[in-house]
Amino acid sequence: MVETNKQATDTFPRLLQQHALTRPTHPAFREKHLGIWQTTSWADVETHVRLLACGLAALGFKRGMNLAVVGDNRPRLYWAMAAAQSLGGVAVPLYQDAPAADMAYVLENAEIDFAIVEDQEQVDKLLEIRQTVKGLTHIVYDDGRGLRNYTQSGVHSFDSVQALGKVHDQDHPDFFQQQIDLGQTNDIAVILYTSGTTGKPKGVCHSHAAMIATGHTLIEFDKVSANDEVLCYLPLAWVGDFLYSFAMSHIAGFCLNCPESPATVASDLREIGPTYYFGPPRIYENILTQVMIRIEDASAIKRSLFYYFMRVARRVGLKLLDGKESVSLIDRVLYSLGDLLIYGPLKNVLGMSRIKVAYTGGEAIGPDLFDFYRSIGINLKQLYGMTETCVTVCMQRSGDVKLDTVGRPMTGVEVKIADGGEVLVRSPGLMVGYYKKPEDTAEAIDAEGYFHTGDAGFFDADGHLKIIDRAKDVGKMSDGTLFAPKYIENKLKFFPFIKEAVAFGDGRSSCNVFINIDMEAVGNWAERRNLAYSGYSDLASQATVYELIAECVEKVNADLAHDALLSGSQVHRFLILHKELDPDDDELTRTRKVRRRFISEKYAILIEALYDGRERQFIETQVKFEDGRQGIISADLEIRNTKTFGATRKAA
Amino acid sequence: MNNSSSTRRSGDVILDLRAISLSFGGVKALTDISFDVREHEIRAIIGPNGAGKSSMLNVINGVYRPQQGEIIYRGQHLRDMDTHAAAESGIARTFQNIALFKGMTVLDNIMTGRNLKMQSNFLMQALYIGPARREENAHRIKVEEVIDFLEIQHIRKTPVGRLPYGLQKRVELGRALAAEPQILLLDEPMAGMNVEEKQDMCRFILDVNEQFGTTIVLIEHDMGVVMDISDRVVVLDYGKKIGDGTPDEIRSNQDVINAYLGVAH
Repeated sequence: MVETNKQATDTFPRLLQQHALTRPTHPAFREKHLGIWQTTSWADVETHVRLLACGLAALGFKRGMNLAVVGDNRPRLYWAMAAAQSLGGVAVPLYQDAPAADMAYVLENAEIDFAIVEDQEQVDKLLEIRQTVKGLTHIVYDDGRGLRNYTQSGVHSFDSVQALGKVHDQDHPDFFQQQIDLGQTNDIAVILYTSGTTGKPKGVCHSHAAMIATGHTLIEFDKVSANDEVLCYLPLAWVGDFLYSFAMSHIAGFCLNCPESPATVASDLREIGPTYYFGPPRIYENILTQVMIRIEDASAIKRSLFYYFMRVARRVGLKLLDGKESVSLIDRVLYSLGDLLIYGPLKNVLGMSRIKVAYTGGEAIGPDLFDFYRSIGINLKQLYGMTETCVTVCMQRSGDVKLDTVGRPMTGVEVKIADGGEVLVRSPGLMVGYYKKPEDTAEAIDAEGYFHTGDAGFFDADGHLKIIDRAKDVGKMSDGTLFAPKYIENKLKFFPFIKEAVAFGDGRSSCNVFINIDMEAVGNWAERRNLAYSGYSDLASQATVYELIAECVEKVNADLAHDALLSGSQVHRFLILHKELDPDDDELTRTRKVRRRFISEKYAILIEALYDGRERQFIETQVKFEDGRQGIISADLEIRNTKTFGATRKAA
Repeated sequence: MNNSSSTRRSGDVILDLRAISLSFGGVKALTDISFDVREHEIRAIIGPNGAGKSSMLNVINGVYRPQQGEIIYRGQHLRDMDTHAAAESGIARTFQNIALFKGMTVLDNIMTGRNLKMQSNFLMQALYIGPARREENAHRIKVEEVIDFLEIQHIRKTPVGRLPYGLQKRVELGRALAAEPQILLLDEPMAGMNVEEKQDMCRFILDVNEQFGTTIVLIEHDMGVVMDISDRVVVLDYGKKIGDGTPDEIRSNQDVINAYLGVAH
């Protein structure tokens, strides 16, 4: 734990100074350079930040100014954020792959004068934006490759700014300390722009106090110490990276490891062996897929060994991890043997041998996926939160983990369910407000200080929060029971055969769904059965595929029947769409979220058919091909009835 | 990328080809071709299939010996240059059909590009003792710089045979770069690539040229690429030179338009 001299450690620059003083030689950053990990100690980081800050000041960076930071997870970009904060400025990390228009909007909105970027790609992008956006005067780059002949004014290398800083520091030796001493804990430390699925991105302002308080909560929650290791590989502009990497390392003093390049994350993970890890479900899924592909290619002995011990793990591993139920001696011995032969080596290959806690969040995680990691002894847990609350609303406590909840509210966080089912949050980590958008802020945070998350959820019998959908999507069925389409869709999508699902039921008597099969998974399945098919539409219309999907849907129904609140939403009828839902046809957003309203208008005829009991429906759909041409595809779709589990449904 | 080409410095003539003729039996591959290459420039050779482009490269690095004509490289007449001498004098190349060691890793393949710079003898290298060890470390740094430069860190330890085509092309460029060449000959570096891979490769070629000042002679079919990145272009058709000049001049040269870009009928 960190010495808690409140006065000295209430801003990030002061925390940095404290580490430089108390653990000067402890590694603070590691980065691979020319194939070898290079370490920077806390004392060196302070020097780097000091020189950079002085250099920025020499170029005219003043208190209260915002510094844009664009690039991959490079140590120097983290130092840039620290330098801005040292000068009483605000770090504004941006998504580097954002389209130029979005980036231009943010740069203008945040009144950016200074930007520190990774390489030529970003310099080019910013120079282009600079032609239209006033104010952006100085662009500092980390990697000078390809930039040798850039003669534009205001383009500086990181080294040259630090050299400027050295001179400035010699001329004004007290300047840096004065600037840090002027810092207040309630100053804004960072502005994080939310991706904004609707409208323009909004800048979420967080104070030093909020981030540091949240960081302390997290450190206490999982007993994080200076000896932990974190690999920072998620975008700098995402609140999670700022919190788990920047803020927590500043508080606990552990080392941040920066991957060599985005493509080497897997091997870097293995070399570093982080102890604290966060990843969205997608990443865990990719890792598992890789593993399974290699297992299928392995020799028969290895394969059967793997499957045998994975069965043992499923039976025993979860109990051992939770430590609640007793496990027989034989099972314990078997599990240890499995650990020696399978789980241990597997975790080693994945770079997960040393993980104490791993988190996932942002989306629902599939049960098989979740159990796989937990059964081999990786303490994977779920959490819930958003940019505006410094994530950290609810988290699962070790040993108290449930698949379909996000855990209990964290210390100091008050969670309330509004009448409409919306989750409201009041916490020390709550944002100060949206940057320059007082009306939006007032709309999001009510008079009592509760933030309206826009998510619908409820507390289960054990006091765990269960998130079911976006509040605006939650409806009521005609008999008045709750209808949460995304919750049902997610349950369906956990089956590898189902790629996308769209559930209907708001204001209706039953829930019916559209389904998109997963071309790869179902295609594979069909090949193994020697089913011939010509393409997606053909495969989707085969009777055996309908059988397969019907089984999945019925499993979901059986599962829903147990849920008192949602058993009314069992799926009565479904159809498999003749085309894949596609962002090019406006059916999905670019981030692959279902555009519910658009789909229900476009496919109104199919919805009608679902509800009036027809067995087939003919449809013609216009599609856009990848090369921009338009075409029409038509199909005669079959509609299936599925078994529902009525008894429990009536009880709800 | 845009402004680097405008400010690029072209130096003196580094390679001068005078009246080169090459024939295989009765087939005339090249007839009386003269052009020069200046230091630090990107020089493109274009032409329809069978125009003699690859033959031209092969003449430059000593694979073929022209029956007539002379090559002046850095002021020296080179009549009887062989491939080894060419490589030692700072000419490196890549091939139209990738010529890597498929079973070796990317790292080892690029290391072979350092071969000519190695001093220690075979036995010492095999035993990995004394100077050989120090030498290998020094070469490894160079190789890692190339890996970093070409952004192929993630495949450092992957056998080349397992890589997709575009990456193999990049590794081949890496091996040529590891030799720290004065002149880099690239035989269709972008053939068979998709748009994105082509853009990447263009950027690498421009970066090599800018960062290390390497003179580049390249053969390329993609006219867009050629016009974008070259300083000067020489056009061959049926073994004869039909045009020579800046991309703009070539674009408006009627002979070239007829032979290569097509005549409107």
